[in-house]
Amino acid sequence: MKNITKTFGSVIANNKVNLDIRKGEVLSVLGENGCGKTTLMNMLAGIYYPDSGQIFVNGEEVTIKSPKDAYALKIGMVHQHFKLVDVFTAAQNIALGVKDNGHYSIKKIAADVREMASRYGFIIDPNKMIHEMSVSEKQTVEIIKVLYRGANILILDEPTAVLTPQEIKTLFNVLREMKKDGKSIVIITHKLNEVMEISDRVAVLRKGEHIATVETKDTNEKELADMMVGKKLNLNIDRKDPVDPKPRLIIEHMTVKNRDGLKAVDDVSFTINGGEILGIAGIAGNGQKELLEGIAGLQKVESGSIIFHNPKKNKPVTFFHKDLKKIKKMAGEGKFHYPDGTRVDLTGKSNKEIIRLVNEEQILFYEDEIIDLRHRTPREIQELGIKLSFVPEDRLNMGLVGNMSIVDNMALRSYRKGKSIFVNKKRPKNLADTIIHDLEVVTPSDQTPVRRLSGGNVQKVLVGREISSSPKVLMAAYPVRGLDINSSYLIYNLLNQQKERNVAVVYVGEDLDVLLALADRLVVLSGGKVAGIVDARKVTKEEVGLLMLSRASGAEAEAVADMLGQTSESKTPKEGTNTETTEEEGTNND
Amino acid sequence: MAFVTFLASSLKLSATFLYGSTGEIITEKSGHLNLGIPGVMSVGAAVGCVTVFRLLKAEVASGFLLVFLPLLATLVAGGLMGVLYSFMTVTLRANQNVTGLALTTLGVGLAGHFMNGIRAESMILGRASKYYTSLFGINSTNWFVQVFLSHGVLVYLAIIIAIATQIILNRTRIGLHLRAVGENPATADAAGVNVTAYKYVATIIGSGIAALGGLFTIMDYMGGNWEYILEGFGWLSIALVIFTLWRPALAIPGSIIFGGLYIAAGFIKGISFAQIELIKLLPYVMTIVVLIFTSIVGNKKAQPPASLGLNYFREER
Repeated sequence: MKNITKTFGSVIANNKVNLDIRKGEVLSVLGENGCGKTTLMNMLAGIYYPDSGQIFVNGEEVTIKSPKDAYALKIGMVHQHFKLVDVFTAAQNIALGVKDNGHYSIKKIAADVREMASRYGFIIDPNKMIHEMSVSEKQTVEIIKVLYRGANILILDEPTAVLTPQEIKTLFNVLREMKKDGKSIVIITHKLNEVMEISDRVAVLRKGEHIATVETKDTNEKELADMMVGKKLNLNIDRKDPVDPKPRLIIEHMTVKNRDGLKAVDDVSFTINGGEILGIAGIAGNGQKELLEGIAGLQKVESGSIIFHNPKKNKPVTFFHKDLKKIKKMAGEGKFHYPDGTRVDLTGKSNKEIIRLVNEEQILFYEDEIIDLRHRTPREIQELGIKLSFVPEDRLNMGLVGNMSIVDNMALRSYRKGKSIFVNKKRPKNLADTIIHDLEVVTPSDQTPVRRLSGGNVQKVLVGREISSSPKVLMAAYPVRGLDINSSYLIYNLLNQQKERNVAVVYVGEDLDVLLALADRLVVLSGGKVAGIVDARKVTKEEVGLLMLSRASGAEAEAVADMLGQTSESKTPKEGTNTETTEEEGTNND
Repeated sequence: MAFVTFLASSLKLSATFLYGSTGEIITEKSGHLNLGIPGVMSVGAAVGCVTVFRLLKAEVASGFLLVFLPLLATLVAGGLMGVLYSFMTVTLRANQNVTGLALTTLGVGLAGHFMNGIRAESMILGRASKYYTSLFGINSTNWFVQVFLSHGVLVYLAIIIAIATQIILNRTRIGLHLRAVGENPATADAAGVNVTAYKYVATIIGSGIAALGGLFTIMDYMGGNWEYILEGFGWLSIALVIFTLWRPALAIPGSIIFGGLYIAAGFIKGISFAQIELIKLLPYVMTIVVLIFTSIVGNKKAQPPASLGLNYFREER
């Protein structure tokens, strides 16, 4: 592959990448999430077509426009998301689309599959239904499917992400057999130990650029990690020291399971302070999403507690959050005081009088309110001022309704406050106009459907709306995903402003440079566990990088964590199960 | 003796449902839920009847032609409805349910329009009906003959089509590809199967077959008397698809059960009109029971094609 460039909109996924694959070798393509590994390989497999650059196969220049072309050139790719028909048997899936002139006989295909399996050491039953298979069996079917079509170049996209250690061992043995058979194998991965174990050479990509291709035997994990994360960039983010940080959210032993019943967040404990930005680092899919959704009440928290310190001290009580009965009860418990400092005693006072006192803001909270969020509904949590702005792969999926205008999307958050049965359009309109003006949202009008805005502008609307509600905790996940540099800075500044207003800001990001320049403290997640909590001002990028990978190579990361003087939990090298199945996020969000 | 008549009548009426559901199964296997079947059947019947009418007017006396040409016309009419449906849902990617319902309304209306044209003389259709009602022409009191051999050509054709469909779906590469398209079009596409072509052909053939059910109903079951009953029969055919878990072979006994339940009321003495209508509801009730049962059991094999009702967008490259 020569000078391959591919862009999605304004995002450059691959920039002048050169890569060669030799016959009979195992080549690892290594890189962080969103560095363009999968995109690059998809161009070989005919899923994408490069914007510029050339591809040569056996010395001849070729164009690969579809998977069919790729198969004709004997290139086959096993994608992360398997392309299999669930209610077919393995043999039927393998037979699909294969054109041989002979009579269609599933028995013959099954026999061929068995023969092929025994040649390379696969274990497979051709007559087993796909939906009855384990993930590793499905992967085997995919690999055989590619081989059955005569592929000589086999591309595997994160093949080990979904496998147990034993299955990985079996897979690697099969790959070695295929190598002996003269096949070329490309493995996309970000697990360093596997790179060292299986590959002959390693190609490292970073932010869409090809950094180097090295012989595995001439390198080591440390060097590869350095190449992967790169040198620290100097970002000019105006980071002020936190003023009087007080615990705002205390998370203790929190466990959240994902849809498959695996622990996505596993016994996580840390504190989020008001007036600081807490960065959450980790390879995508290591529990960030589940962690935030768990806090926001959108996912069931299996165990642990989320203690919220509502900064209420010396703030007046309002009827917005508390009704008369509750106020009376809390006053009885000594929870309030008057502006002059004396305790509130409401005994003997008429309701009318209490209402007057509340409305005149004479009754103040004596201390912060402490609430366990675990069993609260998402709506209650939101009303307490804990806002989640999550920018998913598909930006329009969560938080905004694509077909509705900016104004209507603003109203979505506030409509419940209205007293009449009709929606008050005036306030959302004002808010929309403020956001459009302050955040420089490029839009024809405030009535334009959000769907028609560019990605960056959608994000500004989304983040702007959450900030406008004056949150106490603001959780922003990937808020700059897919944004150009200027829009990104706008968002960073917004987050910093919130921090100065004593808001507890949680920032989940993919770019380590930004995390180190923006956050005050970093929580590094790996395999759903806290791999370390570090001071973002002192830690180096490489240290964080290694912490992120700690679930994959236990011992080394532990050494790093010890070096940093952080408590790191025992690291059982159990990997794979809770996985990085969302690798494509960064590359495919066009 | 009444029981023999009941069985024979059940088997006879079953052809309506068998055509409808076999056609719909073929369409649904490609991932398209064609709710236009009642309309397709109505149009098919009307075009078939008009063809019979024209042939009779032209004084064609050959029994073969009086069956074969209308049958062909019906197939074409149904196929055209299928073309319309696939153009809307495959090419334009319109919502399948809305398109299907519109097709039903359109079809019923069109049928009315066609039949209106020959209404005054439609009684003469009965003259051609004899070529439809009895293939072997045997008149016997033997129960076996009465139940199995006393029917018209379209009844046997329905069974042959159902069996052939079953074999094609499960034993041939075409069937494998068609099922793959309905289950997971992206996978089929990646494997080099022409998804659009399969969807078009399956829908057109399916609609053609379903239309035959309309022709059968009017010319054989009703003895050449036009009546607006096909819409209900169309819905029952769609229900039968669910009842038989998308298997044409199961649709044969299934359609006989539906036929039996539909006419059962007429064989029970001393029940009110309201009760008759209640008994006619039984096929729908049974379909719901089957749905509940298969949903609880969750057997993967007893489920509709996975991408049924979803239009396929090839991901933008």
